[in-house]
Amino acid sequence: MKKRNILLVCFLFTIVGFNAQNLSLAFNHFVNNQALKLDSSIYKNELGQTFTVSKLKYYVSNFHFKATSGKDLFINETFLIDEDEEGSKKILLSKVPEGNYTSMDFIIGVDSLHNCSGAQSGALDPVNAMFWAWNTGYIFLKLEGRANTSLSPGHFFEYHIGGYKQPTNCIRKVSFDLGKYEKTITKEIKIKVNVLEILKTPNAIDFSKLSSVTDLKNATLIADNYKDMFELMSNEK
Amino acid sequence: MKNKIVYTLFILIAAFALCNSFVIENPYFKITKKDVKLKIPKGFPKPIYTFKKNKLNPDVFVLGRKLFYDNLLSKDNSVSCGTCHQRIAAFAHIDHKLSHGIYAKIGTRNVPALQNLIWKDAYMWDGGVNNLEVQPINPITSPIEMDESLANVVLKLRANKEYVRLFNKAYKDTLINSERMLKALAQFTGLMITSNSKYDKYMRKQDTFSLAEKNGLQLFRAKCATCHKEPLFTDNSYRNNGIKVDSSLNDFGRGKLTEIEKDYKTFKVPGLRNVEMTYPYMHDGRFKKLKDVIEHYSNSANHDERADTLINKIGNLTAQQKKEILSFLLTLTDKEFLYDRRFADPNMLQ
Repeated sequence: MKKRNILLVCFLFTIVGFNAQNLSLAFNHFVNNQALKLDSSIYKNELGQTFTVSKLKYYVSNFHFKATSGKDLFINETFLIDEDEEGSKKILLSKVPEGNYTSMDFIIGVDSLHNCSGAQSGALDPVNAMFWAWNTGYIFLKLEGRANTSLSPGHFFEYHIGGYKQPTNCIRKVSFDLGKYEKTITKEIKIKVNVLEILKTPNAIDFSKLSSVTDLKNATLIADNYKDMFELMSNEK
Repeated sequence: MKNKIVYTLFILIAAFALCNSFVIENPYFKITKKDVKLKIPKGFPKPIYTFKKNKLNPDVFVLGRKLFYDNLLSKDNSVSCGTCHQRIAAFAHIDHKLSHGIYAKIGTRNVPALQNLIWKDAYMWDGGVNNLEVQPINPITSPIEMDESLANVVLKLRANKEYVRLFNKAYKDTLINSERMLKALAQFTGLMITSNSKYDKYMRKQDTFSLAEKNGLQLFRAKCATCHKEPLFTDNSYRNNGIKVDSSLNDFGRGKLTEIEKDYKTFKVPGLRNVEMTYPYMHDGRFKKLKDVIEHYSNSANHDERADTLINKIGNLTAQQKKEILSFLLTLTDKEFLYDRRFADPNMLQ
């Protein structure tokens, strides 16, 4: 039944001359204004503590585009972005109808339904090492690296943030005002991701006091930070 | 002379063919459509895990069985799920307090029975796992159990001709991934349903109870059945059952997981079916015999200070009451389940 509906919709679009096309979202990782470089570049957090980054992975899902026509677009897909996997940083939303969209939002993380759906594949395959087995749920974001001030062995820090239930829900919604841009001429939306925000506001992370978050304890501190890490760069025409 | 060679060859080929067919076609291990039909026992509630997105199929079940009994799932190929989950003990680990892992490592909790799993809303003693399908990732990846990575298990399966054949048969294409592997295991464990104990037959009026068993049932209903709720003998809740924390294990149960104060020192109420066979008892296996468990509940003076109020209400039981409760508990043994050929290890010749 559903398939037939989709077919019907596609058919209608063809009649009135609309063409669904692909829209890509490019995630560009920065530390303030410096492009992120794993393991080599040295950065400073809010407290002036130096650090390097060795890993940055996170989930983005459930995209919603607000259309002036009132026909909002919902794309309930999940993507895993990994700084170390070039191909993962540009995601493709297919079959985006032409139209005027005024805003876009998505969530960082995985919604509660997909946290309870049992064995899954693709981005949600537990082999991606973004899954907690002992307390079922996806790890929404992993940030790892080294900081001299960290008291952990090897001066490592690791923040594995997840949790879909209150009071430790770490799903955060991100919204962008798109102005009144026309889908017809936009093929790619560039998004700046400022890694420093994960450590910055409202909870400035002190590596000497909190070098490891790997379960629900303290997770929301970081989640409240990462909700501000995205910023619209440009719409490429 | 020539005849003799031909004759010998013929015998050899015939014997070989016979052996081969015996291993593959052994009727004891054959799984038919009927074997994987989900039958909800009379009086049982609607299951929570429904197989809706994991359609029951004999070939998927057979794949799940093969996986369940395969040492390949562990890092050094030394233990399988079936090592610690033994059919004769309702898939608990008979006479083992704490779980065993590879390299002779010992865990911190008693192996729970695997039965009537599709009526559970969460798995593990602390309820940390929310779906039957993702449960096996725990023992597979735990460093004190199988110490393997899920990714590597998938690689091992892809490199194994027998699994390539079984996955292909089960799913009609060549894809082997963790989702399919876990769903196959869920079919095998999800069908482990026990509902043919003497108690069930008594309830269905197919069998009778002795006086002691009858009295035991009455006592059980008055004193135990709020938590150990019929017909599954659990209310799926987490409670402090009055046992004090073992200072060498320091296991605080569900609280460690949820970070919620009231959850500290609580554990899942286990179902009591086949309890005769699942010894030793409690989350750390501290009690060897059922009579020790009954003794513990009867003796509220020794209970943990955070014991559930219902536990303290049980009160002192007389010697006769204890005997009667024990008689009743023994009626929960379901031999049809404990000897169900569908769940037998196919590596063993019957």
